[in-house]
Parts: sequence; structure tokens; C-alpha cells
Amino acid sequence: MALTTEPTIEESAGLPSASRRRAVPSRRRGLLSSGWTKGAGLVGAAGVLVLLVFASVAYGSKSIPLGVVLEALLDHDPTDNDHLIVRSLRIPRTLIGVGVGVALGLAGAVMQGVTRNPLADPGIFGVEAGAALAVVVGIYVFGIGTLTGYVWFAFFGAGVASVVVYGLGSVGRGGATPVKLALAGAAMAALLSSVTSAILIVDVTSLDQFRFWAVGSLAGRDAAIAGQVAPFIVVGVLLALASGRGLNALALGDDVAVSLGERVQRTRLLSALAVIVCSGAAVAAAGPIGFIGLTVPHVARAICGPDYRWIMPWSLVLAPSLLLAADVVGRIVARPGELQVGIVTAFIGAPFFVFLVRRRKLAEL
Amino acid sequence: MRTVLPTDGTVVLRSDRLGISTRVHTRSVAVSIAVATVAAGVFAWSITVGDFPIPLVDVLSYLVGRGTEDADFIIGTLRLPRGLTALLVGAAFGLSGAIFQRIAHNPLASPDIIGINAGAAAAAVFVIVVIGGTSLQVTSGALVGATVTALAIYLLAYRKGVTGYRLVLVGIGITAMLGSVTSYLLTRAEIFDAQRAVVWLTGSLNARSWDHVRPIGVALLVLVPCAVGLARHLRLLEMGDDAARGLGTRVEVARGSLLLTGVALAAVATASAGPIAFVALVAPQIARRLTGGRTLALVPAALCGSLLLVGSDLLARRLFAPTELPVGVFTAILGAPYLLYLLARANKIGSGG
Repeated sequence: MALTTEPTIEESAGLPSASRRRAVPSRRRGLLSSGWTKGAGLVGAAGVLVLLVFASVAYGSKSIPLGVVLEALLDHDPTDNDHLIVRSLRIPRTLIGVGVGVALGLAGAVMQGVTRNPLADPGIFGVEAGAALAVVVGIYVFGIGTLTGYVWFAFFGAGVASVVVYGLGSVGRGGATPVKLALAGAAMAALLSSVTSAILIVDVTSLDQFRFWAVGSLAGRDAAIAGQVAPFIVVGVLLALASGRGLNALALGDDVAVSLGERVQRTRLLSALAVIVCSGAAVAAAGPIGFIGLTVPHVARAICGPDYRWIMPWSLVLAPSLLLAADVVGRIVARPGELQVGIVTAFIGAPFFVFLVRRRKLAEL
Repeated sequence: MRTVLPTDGTVVLRSDRLGISTRVHTRSVAVSIAVATVAAGVFAWSITVGDFPIPLVDVLSYLVGRGTEDADFIIGTLRLPRGLTALLVGAAFGLSGAIFQRIAHNPLASPDIIGINAGAAAAAVFVIVVIGGTSLQVTSGALVGATVTALAIYLLAYRKGVTGYRLVLVGIGITAMLGSVTSYLLTRAEIFDAQRAVVWLTGSLNARSWDHVRPIGVALLVLVPCAVGLARHLRLLEMGDDAARGLGTRVEVARGSLLLTGVALAAVATASAGPIAFVALVAPQIARRLTGGRTLALVPAALCGSLLLVGSDLLARRLFAPTELPVGVFTAILGAPYLLYLLARANKIGSGG
């Protein structure tokens, strides 16, 4: 092994040197091992995302040629039906899809980093269970029946539930440790969903409305909803990206992280805040789509290895791609109706996910 | 027979004549006895209360075969089978959860999370919504669904052996797919079918008869000794595959049989009472914290599961009487606060893992 601190030729070309390659156990590396390929791959993935954005605007129960889409954007004619569809339906829906995807992907990655648990999704903070309970209470007690009405209830429920979970997980000796957070969240989520199902069992009318919210969908989301959640998604994404470096330190374990100068509790609080804001906004906009937050970070980890500075951008690109692809497919296969995005996401994503898990030597958390 | 007292809170029972010895963790035994006593008390109480209260004396006279006709019907046909189902299902979930959490080294890995319940649920909802089946058909559907799903997860996770990590991840994927099948069926169903499905999905012990008690009773008679017998391997597997192999365990065989036991327990329990949430997750955690975390706590986990389910069923029956809610609503309402309290007290395991 070379003892010099000078970078070797391989290293300056972005390739890991022989010594570093040996230092990293093979199971901890991803599909792409050098900085160049990871960066290039990321750019390619972003290109795919852009294509999907166009597809999402163009395809649906009525296909609209790309030329007309551009026309609707640049030279809007309010009397043209196609232009109206593009402007008032497809574009808000696509924007919400991208925003929700980004938020869920990042929230999932941060969540798994904070709890160091491959099973931790944003739902583990009780976000989805809290939002669901609040929406059901909104329907049952206040007779709310519109999507715009659901948004604030969902947001309120998600916020309260996750703050309570973080509070409970921090009580006692040692502050907020991963195991305590995960268990407190699981317990809280179970508690809240019990109350939800109790209401649904007692009141059939609530169940009738709620079951359509509960699958997770982008259908009928308009510019008003996009406006309601956009600020939260922006703040959440910034918080999440800021916590990436700290998560690398946390991944080494609390003791090592502390000795490396990381302020563990502060990082954990910042990350938790990011998860809460991101996933709260996502669930408010589109209902519970838990699968994306749970699996996309695993896919990212399989591609680029355990470094959160790479996992975050990869999750940020992959998650909205999966969501938009699922949404477009859901609109095409069941024309003139549509399949909810929550259903299609799992159906497209899960086989691919299982394949990936089988094939790769896994980069563990 | 003689006993030796090491300093670590265990008692070694050794018989020189028979050439066997075993080590007993005194605190586990004490906890087990305490939990079992409370569970038996709640069970007895749940048989006496209801719309038609029956004094404990009459219950005892029923047991010795001298009950009145009314008591015979209410105890023998309604309450006793229901209470027994609760005890057995709770034990099965608790034990199954304990095995999964230990194999996967993950406190969140319970059969509800890694796919077995999702398989049972999707199959049962299919039977309810598409076929409009009877209660027995739903039960069989759930059993088939759980078994097929478990097999699929194991085969998909198999790659020169199965690691806990890969098993958990494959389970997540399969759970998501099956969960979306369930949601899809729910959105397409007639609203009253949907309501029936939601009750089943929450988990209910309503109208359980001896036909429900017998299968799960037989299953537990076989599976509990299996689990206790395999516990030795579980302890070794916890040290990591290499260490376990070095100490003479056939790792794949041991893990395979443990998984099989856990899956069978979860499948039978789900088929009997629906995918009751949270019992499999919380019972082992409570047991572990009560016993001080030094042992595997399989038996205490099973007993905690029984206690939780019997208590929840009593609440589900009586709290809003005469309206009866599914038991699954109360398992979390009863179990979650207790787990949170134990977490907040944060002993050594609370922070370590």
C-alpha cells in the first residue's frame, strides 16, 4: 500500500486508487464507483426526468401533440380547449408530481440516514398516519369534501404527529437515538391509524370518501393546491440538502460522529425537520404514497454507494421520475378513467426494486 | 438434580445422573409467570362480562360440567372459543414477531412489515370483494395468500443463502405491491363490501367458534416447541453468520427453519383473526424491556402478545357496548402508550438497540 499523501494519477483522474479500493469493502460500493460515472449518470437521469415531464403534459385521456403544448405555453389562446387542458390541468398536475416526488425521495433518504434503518420511511415519523387521521376527522366531523380542503387538514395532522413522535423519541436518557425514534414513530403511527379505522368502521360515508384519498393520487390537483404546498416543499428540500453531510457522519455511529466534531443532536434535529416538512407537504398534496420514500433511497444507494452527498441528488432525480412515469402510465392504461399513481408506483417500482435487491451486492446502511 | 448460582442473574439446573443441564434466566421466569397470571385473570374476567353477565362461580361449574343451559351456550359457544382464539392468536403473533426481529436485527421487522400480512390481506380482500365469499372462504384465502407470499419472498431473497437485510428489503417491495392491490380492490368495491373488508383488515375476533380454535391450537402445539428448540440457533445467529458457522451452526438450515416457524405462526394467526396490527411488533419489545434484555425472551414475548390481545378484545367488546369494534383498533391504543412509556424510561437497551 502506498504511504504517500500525493494523489496518484488514477485519483486525479477521478478513479479510486488501488489502495483506496482495498480500503472500501466491496459490499459498500454501488453500481457506479467513480465520481465521473456517478456525475454523468446523474445528468443522464435528469435528462430522463425532463422527458417524463413533457410526456406527463402531453399524454392523458386526451393526447396533445408537443407542438400544441409549446403553443399553449408561449402563445396562449384561452378559447382553445387543448390550451386550457395544458394550462389548467396538466401543468399544475405535473408540477405537483415533480414536487411531491422530490420531497418524498429526499425525505426518505434523510429518514433512513437519521434512523440508520432500512425500513424507515417518512411514514415512520407518523406523518402519513397523522395526515390520514386529520383528513378523516375533517370528513367525519367538519364535512370537508374537497381536495383543497383536505390539504390543510393533512398538513396539520402530519405536523402534529411528527413533532409528537420526535418529542417522545427524545425523552429519557441519551436523547433522540435511532432505535427510540423508530419505535416511537411506529407506535404512534399504529395508535393514530387505529383511531382512523375506528372512525371509518363506524361511519360508512367517511370511508366512501376516504378510500379514494388513501390510495394516493395526483388526479384533480390544480394550481391552487400547487400554490398551497410549493413553499413548504422548497423549504423542505433546502433543509434536506443541507443535512446530507451530517448524515455521512451519523452513519458511522454516534460515538465516532461526535469524535469527528459532528454535533449529533443538532444534525438529527435538522434532518428530522427536513423530513417533517417534505413529507408533510407531499402527503398533503397527493395523499400517502409511501413506497417512493421507502425504496428510491435504496435504489440510489445501490447505484452510487453509501455516500449521502451522492444519495441525495440521485434520490432527488429518481423519485420524481418514478412518480411521473407511474402517473402517465396510470392515465394511459385505464383510459378514459385512470389508475391512481399510488397503485401504479408500487406496481412499476416494486419488481424493479426486488430485481435490484437480488442482483446487487448490497451497500448496507 | 442440583442448582448452581452464577452471578449473572441465571440459575443453572444440572442433573449429573441424566447428563443434562440447562440455564434459566430467573428474571425471565418471573416475568413470564407474572404476565401469564395477569393474562389468565383478564381471560377469566372476559368470560364473565358481557351483555349477559355470568358470575365466576357459574363459569367454574360450567367447566366441571354442571352449568345451566344458558351458561352452556354463552360460555361454551360464544365466549370461551373467542377468548381462547385471542390468547392463541396473541401468542402466535408475539412469538413470530420476536423471531423476525431477532433474525433481521431490526426492531421494526415484524410480519406486518415484511409482507406476510400483506399477502394474507390482499388475498382476503380479493375473496371478499371479487368473489363475495363466506367467512370460512376468507380465512382459507388468507392462509393461502400468506403462505404463497412468504414462499415468494424467501425465493426472491435467496441468493446463495438468505441474509436478514435482503429478506427485509424484498419484503418491503412485495408489501408495497400487495398493499396497492388491496387499495385498488377497495376503491373498486361496492361500499358495503369495502366496509366488510376494512373490518377484516383491522382484525376482528367477532364470532369465533371452536372451528377457529382447533387449527390454531394444533398449530401452536407444533410450532411453539419448534421455536423454543431453535432458540439456541437464534442466539448464535445473532453473533453474525461467520461466528455462528465457526461455532458449529449450519447457518442456512438454522435460519431457514426459524423463518419457516415465524412465517407459519404469522400465517395461522392472520388467517384466524385478520392482520391485527402492532401485536407482533410491540409484544417482543415489551417482553425484552421487562426481562432486562439479556435473553431472547421468546416465551415472554408470546405471553405479552396473549395478554395484549385478550385485554384489547375485552375493551373492543365492552367499551362502546352494545356496539362492538374490531379488536385491531385497540391493540395499538393499549400497546402503543405502554411501549412509549418504556421508551421514555430509556434503560440501557433503549439507547443501544
